[in-house]
Amino acid sequence: MSGKPRLTYFDGRGRMEPVRWLLAAAGVEFEEKFLETREQYEKLIKDGELMFQQVPLVEIDGLKLVQTRAILSYIAGRYNLYGKDLKERALIDMYVEGITDLMHMILVFPFSPSEAKEKNIELIKEKATNRYFPVFEKALKQHGQDFLVGNRFSWADVQLTEAILAVEEKIPAVLSVFPQLQAFKTRMSNMPTIKKFLQPGSPRKPPPDEHYVQTVKKILKV
Amino acid sequence: MAAKPKLHYPKGRGKMESIRWLLAAAGVEFDEQFIEKKEDLEKIRNDGSLLFQQVPMVEIDGMKMVQTRAILSYIAAKYNLYGKDLKERAWIDMYVEGTTDLMGMIMSLPLQAAETKDKHLALIIERATTRYFPVYEKALKTHGQDYLVGNKLSWADIQLLEAILMAEECKADILSAFPQLQAFKGRISNVPTIKKFLQPGSKRKPRPDEKYIAEMRKIFNF
Repeated sequence: MSGKPRLTYFDGRGRMEPVRWLLAAAGVEFEEKFLETREQYEKLIKDGELMFQQVPLVEIDGLKLVQTRAILSYIAGRYNLYGKDLKERALIDMYVEGITDLMHMILVFPFSPSEAKEKNIELIKEKATNRYFPVFEKALKQHGQDFLVGNRFSWADVQLTEAILAVEEKIPAVLSVFPQLQAFKTRMSNMPTIKKFLQPGSPRKPPPDEHYVQTVKKILKV
Repeated sequence: MAAKPKLHYPKGRGKMESIRWLLAAAGVEFDEQFIEKKEDLEKIRNDGSLLFQQVPMVEIDGMKMVQTRAILSYIAAKYNLYGKDLKERAWIDMYVEGTTDLMGMIMSLPLQAAETKDKHLALIIERATTRYFPVYEKALKTHGQDYLVGNKLSWADIQLLEAILMAEECKADILSAFPQLQAFKGRISNVPTIKKFLQPGSKRKPRPDEKYIAEMRKIFNF
């Protein structure tokens, strides 16, 4: 029996990807159980594994954690990626919530109808460029430190790195007006645990394709 | 002398109501600066008070906090409503995320088009009675304690009471199959700070009406 955390989700990014990023960045190895059929999902519900009948599910330290934010907060707290005190935690939380709002647009994008897709890319580009990225560009410029909060690697840095790469997949030149974020991206990508996660063969999942969308729709009946 | 927290939001429930509940339950007095027209929102956007150009915003302990969850987490931790350790915090987080999802559904009901309102209301009632309330009913039954987590009043209890009252506004007898929750509702409503908040003249806001929705649409452009 391994003591490694075990992640249960579809074989794709979705709502589990930030969890994979955070565990990997913390240097924590984990196992994954992939949902491929409706029957598997119904069995999990029937067995009482899912508190609100939903995935993501992360089994860690004897807990069956659900709800993405609860999972991420636990991991951040457990692996010292949540700042040194309440105020640093507040800042990390604010940053992470903002990034989550941006990432939500990317999360739902594959499920939007094809005629809306171009408009949605424009919306992602507009929000990234005018609302979210300027906040982090300014923070890094103002304190001149390597990391967003408290001069120390935290959950906020991991999630911002993930968001930058995800937005760049849709809008390759999005960082062109953000020199601090360009340098930040390079720095984070070179941190040993993140560098390893960015290499082929890691648990990182590829961008969602049609097969992934159909699998999710089939299993969740949406 | 510590200044009172100051809440910036329109004069209605919305995303700020959970924050009013938590501060009130913690016995913390606060001031409110109401956003009544678009110009009020533009003003605090333009003076840099809003990290992501959005409200809620709460001035507290020298910070201008935004993002509802970040604000609630900070208040919960500051006023000892967040459990005694990381694992209790994880349970509170999971429970809170569940009630947040339910309340989110209820909050969006007034915004539905007339033809989808009935269907949405039916979904709220279905989710409340088959997905969410059973979880809390079972938790209380299993440990037999007065509070959801760690035998002590926490953010999870406060938010569950808020969710119960909101759900009852949708269907008055929605707790009929949940005896533990009925008892819980009675108990938590009698906690002195919460009892005070539930009385007329408190900062608790009434259920949104057509006029409030129309004002929100004008201020936030939707």
